[in-house]
Amino acid sequence: MTEHLPVLAVFLPLLGGVLQFLLGSRGLPVWPLAVAALTVGCVLLLVGAVGSNGSIEHAIGGWDPPLGIRLRADGLAAVMLLLTAVVGAAVSVYALGPHGKASPQATHFWALWLLLWGSLNALFLSADLFNIYVTLELVTLSAIPLVLLAGPGKTVAAALRYLQFALFGSLLYLLGVAITYGLAGSLDLALVGPALADGGLAAGLAAGCLIGGVLVKAAIVPCHVWLPPAHGNAPAAVSAVLSALVVKAAVYLLLRFWTEPLAGLSGTLVAQLLGALGAAAIFYGSIQAFRQERLKLVVAYSTVAQLGYMLLFFPLAVSQAWDGAVYHGLAHGVAKASLFLATGNVIAYVGHDRLRELRGLDRPLALSVFAFGLASVSIMGLPPSGGFVAKWLLLSAAVETGQWWWAVVLIIGGLLAAAYIIRVLRYAFLQAPGPAVDVQGPVPSAVMAWPATLLGLLAILMGFTAAPTLALLGGLPGATS
Amino acid sequence: MSSIPDPFGLAAAALLAVGFYGFVTHRHPLRRLLAINIFGNGVFMTLILVARWMPGGPDPIPHAMVLTGIVIAVSATAFGLALVRRSMTQEDGDRREPDDD
Repeated sequence: MTEHLPVLAVFLPLLGGVLQFLLGSRGLPVWPLAVAALTVGCVLLLVGAVGSNGSIEHAIGGWDPPLGIRLRADGLAAVMLLLTAVVGAAVSVYALGPHGKASPQATHFWALWLLLWGSLNALFLSADLFNIYVTLELVTLSAIPLVLLAGPGKTVAAALRYLQFALFGSLLYLLGVAITYGLAGSLDLALVGPALADGGLAAGLAAGCLIGGVLVKAAIVPCHVWLPPAHGNAPAAVSAVLSALVVKAAVYLLLRFWTEPLAGLSGTLVAQLLGALGAAAIFYGSIQAFRQERLKLVVAYSTVAQLGYMLLFFPLAVSQAWDGAVYHGLAHGVAKASLFLATGNVIAYVGHDRLRELRGLDRPLALSVFAFGLASVSIMGLPPSGGFVAKWLLLSAAVETGQWWWAVVLIIGGLLAAAYIIRVLRYAFLQAPGPAVDVQGPVPSAVMAWPATLLGLLAILMGFTAAPTLALLGGLPGATS
Repeated sequence: MSSIPDPFGLAAAALLAVGFYGFVTHRHPLRRLLAINIFGNGVFMTLILVARWMPGGPDPIPHAMVLTGIVIAVSATAFGLALVRRSMTQEDGDRREPDDD
């Protein structure tokens, strides 16, 4: 049974999503919720099995590579699957609010969301380069239509730009796959390493294409231009998934490639360059977040900034940096999903998200603003949150390797995050009293308010769950200690 | 891999270059989509080239990768074209179509 869990984790949501398309609005919302619950259960069993027995591998249909497809669940895959399950469960409950009743839009949302979930699981479980290309495209093609659900008026341009960048990024990645196959005669992540290590110029080109393609997908500065309009205009549940999981999947691939197939190639110069891109993302994203006039764009630019922290792993490259970068991805995923869901509640109530006109939010939206505050603690990296643990680990790694400049980046990044978050809270709490809006929207129901709050609480609690999570992750691959 | 430049390789490189140039310089969504497709064809040509270079004659695995890639490219392009059409009808003005897809 255990060895079939990876297959179930991929195919349950994929088949559930396809069936949702066929069922139309029948079976809403029972069917997608049942599929989501089964998927979460399956992933939890899988993560438990990885935690107790180590990596699980499964060749689909008994066909071994290169002909067949191999799924592999190791520590890194397990923690990412866990993040997807946690955020996915919260988003599925939240979506009962806006998409709970039978309508064409709700059908589309649930079908696409389940497809996206399955594609993400497949991406984390893939163990060969080409399979990763296919799953990247699946993720893109199910994520972009979700953005369009906000209504055609404002999202078509954003979706089009997202699609162009995503397609270009994955083709660049595929070019890297082609060169890698030419050099190594294999696509398996674990086998191509040696051939790439002594492949010379061609291997460098392959690595450049692989990394470049994934950087475009991860919206790292200067390829971030597609992210804020797409994440800032999508429906709240979709923004949460996109920011917490979809871009994270691309950064996950960077970590995966760097420590496995590209381990023999990784030069200091490239590592410092990637770190510099991360620092640029942190500064640029934070400053842009501070300048935005719309709450949702603040949160979207915050994603651009927060993804940069994960890139600081590359120049540091010690176990603590590995732990810190991955934990940052997890903590940011939980906190950012909470922020977007809370923002969605604010927009549903107030009818807009113009920062300067937000006031009087405290009473009717108490729970959502509470969630926003809790998640913000983690985004700013204040103790005792998950964001604090991650930044502390990265900071220790910077000190340990004697690269003080990255410590400066981390500290300034935290201050900038505090600046743009506190600006939002100031508008929400401290403005002159008065009616928030003339016509108030519905007060968010419990299913919409509590997922955001629970994710916010989890973002804080993650400050105390670092040890078991990092034990599940396992140390830096290839490290001696 | 002889010293004479392989015309097939040159064609692949040219497609990649033209596609990249088009993607970077053009703003119009339709032109960008075309540029992406040209770049994609360059990638597929590269894969075919890799298949020929493999020891032991043409290797079927890159061919299978090209087929998969073409299927993905076709569906993504179709989606992109639908989006371009939607954005154009919006720009044209008040002709708001019902959300039917």
